[in-house]
Amino acid sequence: MPSALINVPKKARRGDVVEIKALMSHVMETGYRRTAAGDLVPRDIITSFTCRYNGAEIFRADFFPAIAANPFISFFTVAKESGKLEFEWIGDRGFSETASTPITVE
Amino acid sequence: MKAVRAIAFAALVIGALPASAGEISPGERRSGYSFMAPDTKAMQDDDTANPGMLWVLDGEALWNKKQGAADKSCADCHDDAHESMRGVAARYPAFDKELGRPVDLEQRINLERVRRQRAEPLAFESRDLLALTAFIAEQSRGVPISAGSDPKLAPSIAKGRELFMQRQGQLNLACASCHDDNWNKRLAGSAITQAQPTGYPMYRLEWQSLGSLQRRLRGCIFGVRAQPYEFGAPELVELELYLMTRAKGMPIETPAVRP
Repeated sequence: MPSALINVPKKARRGDVVEIKALMSHVMETGYRRTAAGDLVPRDIITSFTCRYNGAEIFRADFFPAIAANPFISFFTVAKESGKLEFEWIGDRGFSETASTPITVE
Repeated sequence: MKAVRAIAFAALVIGALPASAGEISPGERRSGYSFMAPDTKAMQDDDTANPGMLWVLDGEALWNKKQGAADKSCADCHDDAHESMRGVAARYPAFDKELGRPVDLEQRINLERVRRQRAEPLAFESRDLLALTAFIAEQSRGVPISAGSDPKLAPSIAKGRELFMQRQGQLNLACASCHDDNWNKRLAGSAITQAQPTGYPMYRLEWQSLGSLQRRLRGCIFGVRAQPYEFGAPELVELELYLMTRAKGMPIETPAVRP
């Protein structure tokens, strides 16, 4: 049961630089580890993270096996208009999760 | 000859001294939090940056989920955990009458599962057990630790204290050798803390996961190159209990973040 924690200011003034933080629950199994029996544990990571602000992509990151479990992403954007921030995580084994949060710009 | 005897006697006396140079006085007690770097502290302080909160969220969902042959959820008996579970984690490990010995919070959850929900117990360190424990313990955030006040627990606390002072393993170290005698120094690059169990289950960056106090204890026992007790062993619960009484009055921080 993957869950996300999103931290976006509820309100901002037009033109403000706002910080966006997103934490996603994921094991980020590297694919380099072996079991006690010597079998390779298959890679299971998030490969891509995207954030859209009212439909326009404002941030994208590709993830690799060196990223820690439960990846936490923080970035900045300029508050332009009220609306919705949408987040999407895509990964191995068909992993696909979305979250969204509203923002009010005055 | 006399000199030899004197040396032998001195060696005996030194050997018989307790492992601890001194237990930590109440005024000197510090949470592991206070030893951390500002970045790690910030991670614990912000609930949207603290990965432990992911388990708390999962635990809340499990609290309300019907389980087992009785088809009951935790909430069916205990209602709103935010009220009913407040302060509970601060009192654990607690005495179980049927077993006649103390059980920790994880074991209590499993006992309730078996006795009331008639469900299979959850495996130690499984995601579900950690999630439920974290959710319940998070309700006690800020509540002072009060475990061990039940007089029936006295023998177990004494055994736990004995284990804490007992040298063991190939390195011949007691828990007290580091956590009573040498806290605030460094072992390799890491701070030696006082071993105050204020934030379990906690998110360790080294584990890349949430983990229980039993996991932490097993890690330390392995570290001194001794054979760790199995999960759920009475010795581990006695150690947990002693550590909680040692931290009496300190506030619960669950889910804590540690390096």
